[in-house]
Amino acid sequence: MDTKAYIESGIIELYVAGQLTEKENLEVARYARMYPEIKKEILEVENTILAVSRSASPKSVPSFDAIRQKLEGQEGKVIPMEKKSSSWKPYVGWAAAVVCALGIVYLYNQNEQLNSGMEVTNTEIEKLEQEIKEANESLEKSTQLLDQLRNKDVVVVQLGGQSVSPESFAKAYWNKEEGQLFIDAQGLPEPPEGMAYQVWSLTLDPLTPTSVGLLENFESNDNGVFTLVNSNASEAFGITLEPEGGSAAPNLEQLYVLGTVSS
Amino acid sequence: MDLEHLIQRFQLKDTKAFEKLYEMYATNICGVINSIVQDDELSQEICQDVFMKVWQKSDSYNSSKGRFFTWLLNIARNAAIDELRSKSHKEQKLNLSADLFVGILDQPNESENDEMNSSQLKNWVVGLKQKCKQIIDLLYFKGYSQKEVAEALDIPLGTVKTRNRNCISQLRENMKNN
Repeated sequence: MDTKAYIESGIIELYVAGQLTEKENLEVARYARMYPEIKKEILEVENTILAVSRSASPKSVPSFDAIRQKLEGQEGKVIPMEKKSSSWKPYVGWAAAVVCALGIVYLYNQNEQLNSGMEVTNTEIEKLEQEIKEANESLEKSTQLLDQLRNKDVVVVQLGGQSVSPESFAKAYWNKEEGQLFIDAQGLPEPPEGMAYQVWSLTLDPLTPTSVGLLENFESNDNGVFTLVNSNASEAFGITLEPEGGSAAPNLEQLYVLGTVSS
Repeated sequence: MDLEHLIQRFQLKDTKAFEKLYEMYATNICGVINSIVQDDELSQEICQDVFMKVWQKSDSYNSSKGRFFTWLLNIARNAAIDELRSKSHKEQKLNLSADLFVGILDQPNESENDEMNSSQLKNWVVGLKQKCKQIIDLLYFKGYSQKEVAEALDIPLGTVKTRNRNCISQLRENMKNN
């Protein structure tokens, strides 16, 4: 392109004056980017007009401060609103974080409470299960005992109260075949501290006592029935009160109950 | 920072950039206004309003369509001419095309603070033909289109462009020699 002719046409001067069409303006701006001499010409024409216009300026030009004040006056209504809107956002964020943290702590505590509550419940369940087991065992024992007492081989011996304690009574269930002896001692008073009942097997002619065993843990036996082993050819059974641990020979003065085996 | 970046930041409502542009162009723009209204106080008032308008309309400037100064120039002379037309300046409105920017130089109190520039301008302008003074005044300060200039000066439309070119070149020559 002949930039010199383009410049000489006077289009640059009209461009600076703002008297070109939009299309022409775009064209000049495009050439200005492409050709440095056109750009230079634009700046020189502009500087000429700047110089002329500067010379026509009033005695004093208002300072920018006056403009700034007007701008602030205009935007004074806008800026605080922006500040407000930008200042509540972080607070909302923090508030949300605090609420969230409180929520987490609350839920954590709730969970802890539920866990400990569950532990208590589990312990109770275990305890109840243990009780059921014990009751079942106790029932089984009782059933077993009842079966044993009902056995056709069992001989029942009534033991009557003697002079030391006439109101006392007891029953002996003796399975001669299996050598089992059950003593129902519910009719005996609780033995004093340091003393225990001792069961004796007696043969009558001559009177010979043989120790069968002690009614141990008398107070803690829940059904009052004691299981002993008796392989003697007993003719009678007697129960005496002896020092804890038992004696070699019965103290007949402390004979509580006595009964003979019916033949 | 170059002008382009300054203008970009100004368009992003950076008041610091705006201040710099103001320092660069305020004297010229106030001068354009003064050349139209030919009243110191009024031109200062209009000049402030013009820069407020410039701030508000910053989005509407498009660098691909013209020089930033040309954009300012257009806003300024429109504001000044509107002012003359709206207020009780009807007589002056009638004289609008008759008063040239050089007329300000003839005012007795004008050159007190600005003696250098004024006397320089006198020197630059003195050598110009009356037709040159008129065409520069109408195209740059009064915002006349080429057609309006041709009608006002009673010259063929095709000669406005080249005559203006010659007059500006003459002015540049005068400035160079002073």
